[in-house]
Amino acid sequence: MIVAEPKKLEEIKQMTDKFDRILMVGCGTCTTVCLTGGEREVNLMATALRLARKVEGRDVEIGEQTILRQCDFEYIDELKDVHNYQAIVSLACGAGIQGIARKFPEMPVLPGVNTKFIGFNEEFGYYTEQCKACGDCILHLTGGICPIARCAKGLLNGPCGGTNNGKCEIGSDKDCAWTLIYNQLERQGNLKQFKEIIAAKDFAKAGNIRSMDLRKAGD
Amino acid sequence: MGFKEALAKGEFVITAEVGPPKGTDISEMVHHVEALKGKVTALNVTDNQSAVMRISTLAVSKILLDLGVEPIYQMTCRDRNRLGLQSDLLGAAVLGIKNVLALTGDHTTLGDHKSAKPVFDLESVQLLQVIQGLNEGHDMAGNELKGKTDFFAGAIVTPEANPFEPQFAKFEKKIEAGAKFFQTQAVYDIKKFHAFMDRASKYNVPILAGILLLKSAGMARFLNKFVAGISVPDELIQELANSEKPLAKGIEIAGRQIRELRNVCAGVHIMAIGAEDKVPDILAAAGI
Repeated sequence: MIVAEPKKLEEIKQMTDKFDRILMVGCGTCTTVCLTGGEREVNLMATALRLARKVEGRDVEIGEQTILRQCDFEYIDELKDVHNYQAIVSLACGAGIQGIARKFPEMPVLPGVNTKFIGFNEEFGYYTEQCKACGDCILHLTGGICPIARCAKGLLNGPCGGTNNGKCEIGSDKDCAWTLIYNQLERQGNLKQFKEIIAAKDFAKAGNIRSMDLRKAGD
Repeated sequence: MGFKEALAKGEFVITAEVGPPKGTDISEMVHHVEALKGKVTALNVTDNQSAVMRISTLAVSKILLDLGVEPIYQMTCRDRNRLGLQSDLLGAAVLGIKNVLALTGDHTTLGDHKSAKPVFDLESVQLLQVIQGLNEGHDMAGNELKGKTDFFAGAIVTPEANPFEPQFAKFEKKIEAGAKFFQTQAVYDIKKFHAFMDRASKYNVPILAGILLLKSAGMARFLNKFVAGISVPDELIQELANSEKPLAKGIEIAGRQIRELRNVCAGVHIMAIGAEDKVPDILAAAGI
């Protein structure tokens, strides 16, 4: 899933400062699962913002709605009375926020979260990045452990000199992906794979303005 | 005699290193270089060492050439993409720089510009392949060069890395990718180093053991705590702690280590970290 973290109230307060009628929209998929942008978090954020504005003596009207997915236009259509508001705060990932922005081009759409990564929910409230969406998957070469996402330097040919007792040079709380990969390949009896030089990556596939067009699948 | 030639002849080769300063005042660096001239075969020039921004390694390597000292141009993959790396390599070649040490580089978050975007478009193994390609007359994209390079490329290895096996496998990859010499991370555990050499010697690639000058017991403890792949044994720390002149003791220890390594590997690489003017004393202590 896509993992996001809530923006600080202070930042949301600042970006909504000039509006008195705000619609806060949650997303029922990824940001609900990572406890950042579901119905409950919309309610918490809206309540906090109302309180903050009340303290300043400037009331604000905040509508609360949560739809199943903000990255799907058919669900965005379910939003009600959008034009009664001056701005929308979206608690979806960056794609969801832009889904709302595209559907309501005349409205300011503001991000209520910072989108972080594609990853796992390891345990309650703890998430880790697993995939950089680099567009050129090599997990078959690395024992199912991604060095692009999980090695601090995205190395392709083994650990750097900073690896320390299986931990990363940028923090002893982080696993060295290449130690994990080595152990995994060893377990699978495939250290031969580890010794193969992996060529420099084609970063054109990870570049900006990417799209996928299934209409061209016959090419 | 040049670095490559000295290694080929089987001489016990001494290299040391110079860290480019942060700022345009190079007087102290020049003083250090001059103190080492004639005492070492070549001097490494570090590349934004520890991810701390300093004068470019290319500029300082050229200054060394002008001062009559052979540089080993260190190149990390942290700050430049494949265009920048290759273009700097071609620049180095036309400036007369022969030796390149290919490194991945410390992560940006360890340095003094923590918000920088780390590049790592390539890494050490791939950079060695790129150098090999330039030597053959083509760039990474396969385009033909008008005039090829003639680099003597090397790499690093950490004989005391933990775990060691992945490190050794990477060492083998570096050889396959074109590394013609190695300089190692600091060596303190001679037994481990012997074990490493036993396995490495079949590749017939010259290895220069890293000698890191210990200036105090505190520094040794710091290295143990914060620097990956370095483990200073307790006996050495005690020796430094018991000494009234820890720097002199550190020089004595480094000299002793060099004597112990003399018949084990192709040479030593002395890292004095800011005390480059002490390298001649270390060599004297080693009986060289």
